[in-house]
Amino acid sequence: MSNLVIAEHDGAEIKPHTLNTIAAAQAAGGDIHVAVIGSGCQAAADAAAKIAGVSKVLMVDSAEYENQMAEAVAPAIVKLADGYSTIFAPANTFGKNVMPRVAALMDIQQLSEVSAVLGEKTYERPIYAGNAIATVKSSEPTDIVTVRMTSFEPVAAEGGSASIETVSGTGAQDLSSFVGQSVVSSDRPELTSAKIVISGGRGMQNGENFGMLEKVADKLGAAVGASRAAVDAGFVPNDYQVGQTGKVVAPDLYIAVGISGAIQHLAGMKDSKVIVAINKDDEAPIFQVADYGLVADLFDAVPALEKELG
Amino acid sequence: MKVLVPVKRVVDYNVKIRVKADQTGVETANVKMSMNPFDEIAVEQAVRMKEAGQADEVIAVSIGPQQSQETIRTALAMGADRGILVQHDGEIQPLAVAKLLKAIVDAEGPGIVLCGKQAIDDDANQTAQMLSALLGWSQATFVSKLEIGDGEATATREVDGGLETIKVKLPAVCSVDLRLNEPRYASLPNIMKAKKKPIDMKTPADFGVDPTPRLTTVKVVEPPPRQAGVKVADVAELVSKLRNEAKVIS
Ligand SMILES: Cc1cc2nc3c(=O)[nH]c(=O)nc-3n(C[C@H](O)[C@H](O)[C@H](O)COP(=O)(O)OP(=O)(O)OC[C@H]3O[C@@H](n4cnc5c(N)ncnc54)[C@H](O)[C@@H]3O)c2cc1C
Ligand SMILES: Cc1cc2nc3c(=O)[nH]c(=O)nc-3n(C[C@H](O)[C@H](O)[C@H](O)COP(=O)(O)OP(=O)(O)OC[C@H]3O[C@@H](n4cnc5c(N)ncnc54)[C@H](O)[C@@H]3O)c2cc1C
Repeated sequence: MSNLVIAEHDGAEIKPHTLNTIAAAQAAGGDIHVAVIGSGCQAAADAAAKIAGVSKVLMVDSAEYENQMAEAVAPAIVKLADGYSTIFAPANTFGKNVMPRVAALMDIQQLSEVSAVLGEKTYERPIYAGNAIATVKSSEPTDIVTVRMTSFEPVAAEGGSASIETVSGTGAQDLSSFVGQSVVSSDRPELTSAKIVISGGRGMQNGENFGMLEKVADKLGAAVGASRAAVDAGFVPNDYQVGQTGKVVAPDLYIAVGISGAIQHLAGMKDSKVIVAINKDDEAPIFQVADYGLVADLFDAVPALEKELG
Repeated sequence: MKVLVPVKRVVDYNVKIRVKADQTGVETANVKMSMNPFDEIAVEQAVRMKEAGQADEVIAVSIGPQQSQETIRTALAMGADRGILVQHDGEIQPLAVAKLLKAIVDAEGPGIVLCGKQAIDDDANQTAQMLSALLGWSQATFVSKLEIGDGEATATREVDGGLETIKVKLPAVCSVDLRLNEPRYASLPNIMKAKKKPIDMKTPADFGVDPTPRLTTVKVVEPPPRQAGVKVADVAELVSKLRNEAKVIS
C-alpha cells in the first residue's frame, strides 16, 4: 500500500504545511511518495527527497505548472494517481483550490479538512465550524483527502533519502493565466505555524492601533492575527483573518484582544493550548473559552502587557 | 449572458448547533434555516452584473428538500429572475451536487457560474472546483474582486499569503469570498414580486444523476468542551500565570 502527498512548494523550497500533510499520510500507514509539480522545481524535489519517511519523489517539472494554476496542476495529479490508496494535500488555499478539481476528474468524492486518520478508510473531520466532529468512512477506490494542518505535528524536514523519479508534463492550458500577487512579507512567524499568536478585533478601532499588538508580538516572537470584523474594516490585510473562513491556528498561546468570540472566530482558534482574552465586556463569549480572562480596556492593558514583558 | 447561482439552504449562521443524541448528525429540525451566507454574496454579485448590463438573466438553483424553495425565493427577492429546485431529501455530497449543476449548465448555457466558497454546514469547499472540472472550464476560487471583460474575467483571489490576481477565460466557475460585496436586503415590494417569479421543479433522476453519498457518516459527536478558565485581576497577574502556571512564555 502506498500514499501520495502533493507537496506545496515555491520551486526552491517545500512549504511547511507539506510536513504536516506527510504526518497525516504516516498515520494512514504504508509507503509515502511525494509529488512535486512545478516549473523549475528541481531544488524543491531535492528538498522533498530529504524529508523523513518519504520513500520516493515524483517530479513533474514543466512550464505549464508555473504559478500552480489549478487547471494545469489537476491533470498532472490525475496522471500520477494510479495505484495509490490515498492522495493527501494540505487544506490551505493551495490544496483547497486544486484537490476538488482532481477529485471530480477522477469521479471521487473528496474528504475535506480531515483532522484524524483512523485507518480502514475512516477519518474524522470538523463540520459546522468545528461545533461537531464527524467520523466518515469512504467507499472510493482512492481516497482524496485534504488535511487540517494543525491536527498533525509536522515530520522532520531532514533525515530521509528518497529517490527522485521524473515524470513528463501534461501540456499547456489556455483556460486561466496568472496576473500578479500582493503578498505582504513580514519578519514575524507565519500565522498558522507560530507558537504564539496575538489577534485583534473590532475593538482595536483602526489599523494604527495594531502597532500596539505588533510590539507585544515582537517581544513574544508571536504572529499577529485578526477577526473578520477587523479585516473587513480594513485595519489589516485578509491573510490575517483567523476563523471558519480564514486560517485555522492552534498555537501554544493565543491572545485575543478586543474580540467578542463569535463561533466563526472560535472555529479558527479554539484548539489553541492556552487562550487569553482581553476584553472590556465581562460577558463577551470569548471568556467562555479563555483559560485566562482579563476584563480591561485594551488601550490600558496592551501597553501594560508590553511593559510587563520587559 | 446568463448567470447561474447555486444557493444552498443551511442552518442559519447565528444558530448554536446541537449534535443529535444518537450521534447520527446535527439537529436541523425546528432550527432557523437561511441561505448560505457566501451564496448571498454570489447572488448579489450576479444581480449587480445584471444591473451593470453585463448579464441578462440570473438563475438561482438549489438542490435539497422542498423547503429549499424558500432559499430560492430569497434569491428571487434579491433580484434573480427565476429558479430551479432539484428536489432531494437526505444527504447529498458535493460531487453529486456538481454533477447536477453540470447538467443544468449544459441545458441553460450560462456564461458564468457564481458559487459560494464554502457552505457553512459541511464546510467542504469543493462544489465550484468540481463543477469547473466536470465542465472543463476555468475556475477562480475565493474571489474578493471580479471584473468581467471581453470573453474573459479578471479575478482577485484571497489566498494564504495575501491576494492573487488571475485571468480566466469565460465561461468560468467562480467561488466567492466574504469581501466581494455586501449583499442587499430584499425590499418588501421585491419580496412580493419574487412570489410570482417561476421556479422549475426537478429531481436528480431527471438529470440521470445518482445522488447516493459516497462517504458514509459513522457518527457525529461534539468536540471536547473547553473548560472556562479564570479571570485575572490585572496584567501583572496575567503575565505571572502565563510564565509560572501555563509556562507558555519565558
Ligand atoms: C459566513 C460567515 C463567516 C465568518 N467567518 C469568520 C472568520 O473566519 N473569522 C472571524 O473572526 N469572524 C468570522 N465571521 C464574523 C463573525 O460572525 C463576527 O462578526 C466577528 O468575528 C466579530 O469580530 P470581533 O470580535 O472583532 O468584533 P465584535 O463582535 O464587534 O467584538 C468586538 C469586541 O471588542 C470589545 N472591545 C471594544 N472596545 C474595547 C476596548 N477598548 N477594550 C477592550 N475590549 C474592547 C467589545 O467588548 C467586543 O467584545 C463570519 C461570519 C459569517 C456570517
Ligand atoms: C453527518 C452529515 C449529515 C448530513 N445530512 C444531510 C441531510 O440530511 N440533508 C442535506 O441536505 N445535507 C446533509 N448534509 C450536508 C451534505 O453532506 C453537504 O451538503 C454536502 O456534503 C455538500 O457540502 P458543502 O455544502 O459543504 O459543499 P461546498 O462545496 O462547501 O459548497 C460550496 C457551494 O456550492 C454550492 N452548493 C453546494 N451544495 C448545494 C446545494 N445543495 N444546492 C445548491 N448549491 C449548492 C453553493 O454555492 C455553496 O456555497 C450532511 C452532512 C453531514 C456531515
